[in-house]
Amino acid sequence: MDVLYLLIPLSIVLVFVIGVAFWWSVRSGQFDDLEGPAFRILQDDD
Amino acid sequence: MPAQAEAVIQTSECFHCGETLPAGISLYARVDHATHPVCCQGCKVVAELIDGGGLTGYYKSRTALPAKGDATADVTGDSEDSFYDLPSVQQELVREVGDGHVEATLLLEGVTCSACLWLNERHLQSLDGVSHAEVNYTTRQALVRWDARRLRFSEVLAAVRAIGYRAVPATVENVEVLRRRERRASLWRMAVAGLGMMQVMMYAVPAYVAQEAALSADQSQLMRWASFILTVPVMAFACTPFYRGAWRDLRNRSLGMDVPVALGLLLAFVASTYATLSGRGEVYFDSVSMFAFLLLLGRHLELVAREKAGRGIERLAQSMPLKARKLSRFPLDESETLLPASALLPGDIVVVRAGEVFPADGVILRGETQADESLLTGESLPVRRGPGAPVIAGAVNRHSPVLMKVERVGEHSRLAHIGRLIARAAAQRPHLGRLADRVAAGFVWAVLLIALLTAVGWSLVDPDRALWAVVAVLVVSCPCALSLATPTVLVTATTALARRGFVVTRADAIESLANTTHFAFDKTGTLTQGRIRLARVEAFAAEDADGVVRWAAALERQSEHPIAQAFIGASAPADNDVIVTQRRNVPGQGVEGYIDGRRYRLGNARFTGADGSRPRPADANTCVWLADNDKVLARFDLADTIRPGAASTVNALRAMGNTILLFSGDAPAVVAETARALHIARFEGGLDPEGKLEALRTLQSTGARVAMVGDGVNDAPVLAQAHLSIAMGAGAALAQTQADAVLTATDLSALVEAVKIAQRARAIMKQNLAWAMVYNLSAIPLAVGGWLTPWMAGIGMALSSLLVLLNAMRLLRPSTAAGTPEPAPLLSHA
Repeated sequence: MDVLYLLIPLSIVLVFVIGVAFWWSVRSGQFDDLEGPAFRILQDDD
Repeated sequence: MPAQAEAVIQTSECFHCGETLPAGISLYARVDHATHPVCCQGCKVVAELIDGGGLTGYYKSRTALPAKGDATADVTGDSEDSFYDLPSVQQELVREVGDGHVEATLLLEGVTCSACLWLNERHLQSLDGVSHAEVNYTTRQALVRWDARRLRFSEVLAAVRAIGYRAVPATVENVEVLRRRERRASLWRMAVAGLGMMQVMMYAVPAYVAQEAALSADQSQLMRWASFILTVPVMAFACTPFYRGAWRDLRNRSLGMDVPVALGLLLAFVASTYATLSGRGEVYFDSVSMFAFLLLLGRHLELVAREKAGRGIERLAQSMPLKARKLSRFPLDESETLLPASALLPGDIVVVRAGEVFPADGVILRGETQADESLLTGESLPVRRGPGAPVIAGAVNRHSPVLMKVERVGEHSRLAHIGRLIARAAAQRPHLGRLADRVAAGFVWAVLLIALLTAVGWSLVDPDRALWAVVAVLVVSCPCALSLATPTVLVTATTALARRGFVVTRADAIESLANTTHFAFDKTGTLTQGRIRLARVEAFAAEDADGVVRWAAALERQSEHPIAQAFIGASAPADNDVIVTQRRNVPGQGVEGYIDGRRYRLGNARFTGADGSRPRPADANTCVWLADNDKVLARFDLADTIRPGAASTVNALRAMGNTILLFSGDAPAVVAETARALHIARFEGGLDPEGKLEALRTLQSTGARVAMVGDGVNDAPVLAQAHLSIAMGAGAALAQTQADAVLTATDLSALVEAVKIAQRARAIMKQNLAWAMVYNLSAIPLAVGGWLTPWMAGIGMALSSLLVLLNAMRLLRPSTAAGTPEPAPLLSHA
């Protein structure tokens, strides 16, 4: 079980990395319009 | 091309707008190599333009019908919008982006479904000179970037109008920027709490399930520290709205939900931190972060719904800068200067052309016209205005250009006065919504008192357990379920209603709608479309059948009379070639003229020599006849179009136990006719705004809960007095900003659906409140007694909240197979 001493700090780092990734995606406007892309992908057939 | 592709599609509805095809009119549009019937010239132009642009995907994927095309729409962008090409006007609307390119944000109007937005986006992209066009489906705003050297702003606006929509340049962007910041912050807070919650639970589970001594002391201490590290951002960042709310409540000396929430969170966090540092006692970081996440989720849902409801209203209230043509050197010469109406001063001389809006109150100096004041006075027919006659800002000049002298502008104008009248009436409304908050405040007091008693009691019996019992009380009684009970239902109900074209602008509108007993309609623009149309053409001789509409339209071509528009709208553009000579207008009778040497008369029975005593169809308000030299050729039935679904809506509302009334400012005879057509027994015509208000008060004094459905600005005081006010989406912007709800669907039957949803929402709200009460009443004694540990309390709290949330979500399921339910998940509007 000694691996816990490595895995738990690692998981904390991972959470922060995911947090930053999410922060970036919110900031870049990826969540501003959740309806449009779903519709466009069905329409852009040319 | 295969022969069947050439076939004319047989249907009774217009291919573009879905309205019933007028009898005796044959207009067709070619779309996708097939010929489809359309109802008017406007729809034909729009449909063929969409086809020409290769955008027929719109017709396949739309889920709601658009507005009727307007044949008279100015699509060249030369005259109407040239105002927007003025540098002084563009200053606040257009931004330079370098390289000769500029960009502007446009609000799109007339949008009914996602396909409309796609159509607008693609159409804008296809314009020569546009480098970028993007439509945000959530805010319904278009961001357009174009080469200012190749394209004028007015041409961009005209392009949108050409496909049947309206684009208004967004003047104030600040609201949307603020809102976007708020939405992103809320999403980000929720994510922090959610990530923290998931990870902290991972660390907490081993402590709950591990056998004695399976985890070494070091390892469990490591888990505690990890939990602590991940809970700090949740507490320090994600939970700030709760601290702020609690602090505001304490400062205002009023207790809200935020106080016990903040108290419970801080107490549990501080105690867990102490346990981590000292290595003694239990830690409850998992409860803290889960608690925070669930509360933030509830708030986020509420924010999204509130925004969605508010957006539709604001865009309508945001009026575009009104233009005025000032004659600065009158009477020396009559050169016009275009300027915003807000820059006018009393005493200025302006010219108002036909079709334009009077920019200020004033008197007419020269010219004679008809002014359409229907939005302001409720009078549906234009009124005659000659030299010396007063005109009101906001009225539409229907007939011919006039010169007017400005008397009152801006806040002194009558439009502004009506606005103030509304604000006053709105301020007098009873505030029902405060009740829930008062109940909650009492509940919070009780919880704090119980927590205090628990602390005192346990410190006498067993001081070690006191802290955890108090935390358990605060967490388990957290009015989570109670505070989620109504907002979640309101959110889901608002979403479900908005999907059916019923936009709620005040939270208590849903509850009001559920217990309404009377529905009072305003005739103009509510039950009818306020537009005269050719309902039926009856040619008396078969060989004339094709010609009669053409001849009638040719005779009426130069007339501004509302009846003339019905004929012109029904004829093909090729009929413009029909030449009429010696046209003569006989006021009150009709018009006569020569076509190909034959004399035609179009007008009333006496004028044309028709037998007017013959029975008429019930739905026709007016009949006119066409005659040549020796015989009557045809009869045209004209009717004000009753809105689609008006009759079935009235019947359905009555079947649900409501009383239907009709209050109208129109002539009593016309009102009686409409009431008869829709089987409405109680109606009153010829009412001015004060009269409507009086009738409404009388009704309310008998205990009736009246929902008023209106559209004009003049109705706004009445809307404010009503128990519930519903404005029609097409009506005046001013009325909509004051109404409790706006019906944006063109089909009135959305109202029936809305009442059903509101009633279901009320039932679910009651269930939720009952459950939350039962849960709290049974769980608090357990916590006080010390039988509940904080983690059990946390799970109980979460489960009861979840139950409340899931119960509320039931509203999103379509209740019946009717309509076109969009499969949109709850969170899709973030």
